[in-house]
Amino acid sequence: MKLRGLIPLFGFAALFAALAYGLTRDPRILPSELIEKPFPTFALDNLANDAVLENEIFEGRVSLVNIFGSWCVSCTVEHPQLMEISQSLDIQMVGVDWRDTRENAVRWLSENGDPYDAVIFDPDSHLIVDLGVVGAPETFIVDQNGDIRYKHVGIITPDDWKNDLHPIVESLLAVQP
Amino acid sequence: MRHLLLTLTLFVTALAASATAQISDAEEDRARDIGHQLRCVVCQNQSIEESEADLALDMKVIVRERVAAGDTNAEVVAYMRDRYGDYVLLKPPVQSNTYVLWFLPAGLVLFGLGWFALRSKRQSKADIVTEISDTDQALLDKLMADDT
Repeated sequence: MKLRGLIPLFGFAALFAALAYGLTRDPRILPSELIEKPFPTFALDNLANDAVLENEIFEGRVSLVNIFGSWCVSCTVEHPQLMEISQSLDIQMVGVDWRDTRENAVRWLSENGDPYDAVIFDPDSHLIVDLGVVGAPETFIVDQNGDIRYKHVGIITPDDWKNDLHPIVESLLAVQP
Repeated sequence: MRHLLLTLTLFVTALAASATAQISDAEEDRARDIGHQLRCVVCQNQSIEESEADLALDMKVIVRERVAAGDTNAEVVAYMRDRYGDYVLLKPPVQSNTYVLWFLPAGLVLFGLGWFALRSKRQSKADIVTEISDTDQALLDKLMADDT
């Protein structure tokens, strides 16, 4: 009989625990629906406007696809990390220049350095929405078959690279034919 | 201020709409209908129709493109859901990970009613006294006798 009086307290404790757990999850980190799925089909001009880039660029290479824009302040913070990655690893760096003008993007890349092997120019957010991107910077790891293997939202900090992205890239490089 | 905002919103929506291929009024209505079901993923609590965030404007344009391409409302919503996940839906779908959300309130009400019914039944049974002890009977007899 004494214990039955405690039922509301247990109920409250359970609710409290569930809500406390909910607070630890960052609502800004949306799950990517595209993990383990092919990179969305696209055909967009490159930044230099002298070629049309399509999904074939992913064939046979491990790629890091990075969403950026010259207007994006966080991208400037992330940039040195990308420069270092492009110099230290044999992977394809693909930039997606989002909602930008060609002049601004070219100037931004010449000022900060250009880590990209190819830059897809997406001023109208077509590829962006297909990728389910919410904000720049975001980074996808794409394998040799053109499938998305990982999505990182926000700046890649040195710790993120070391703990999350680099091991995945290495494991993909290891299976290279 | 309200008027200014409203005008601005309409203007921006019109702009977004006109940026794509011309669509009919009926299609525009459908596009708005769809837009009201889709969350602006950078604002958390607005539909893309209500939002003026850049990404929401881009999504509005894409909704209109899909509508113009002949997609049904459900197809356009599914298109966005494939890309942004359940999160993009303002109304959560009824599925295994939302059962608690949908059914817990009704469940709690039923549980409370059941609890109440059970308790009051037990209480009323306890209240009906059919026999009293000898001492009580003696006391009662004495009181009755005193009264007269």
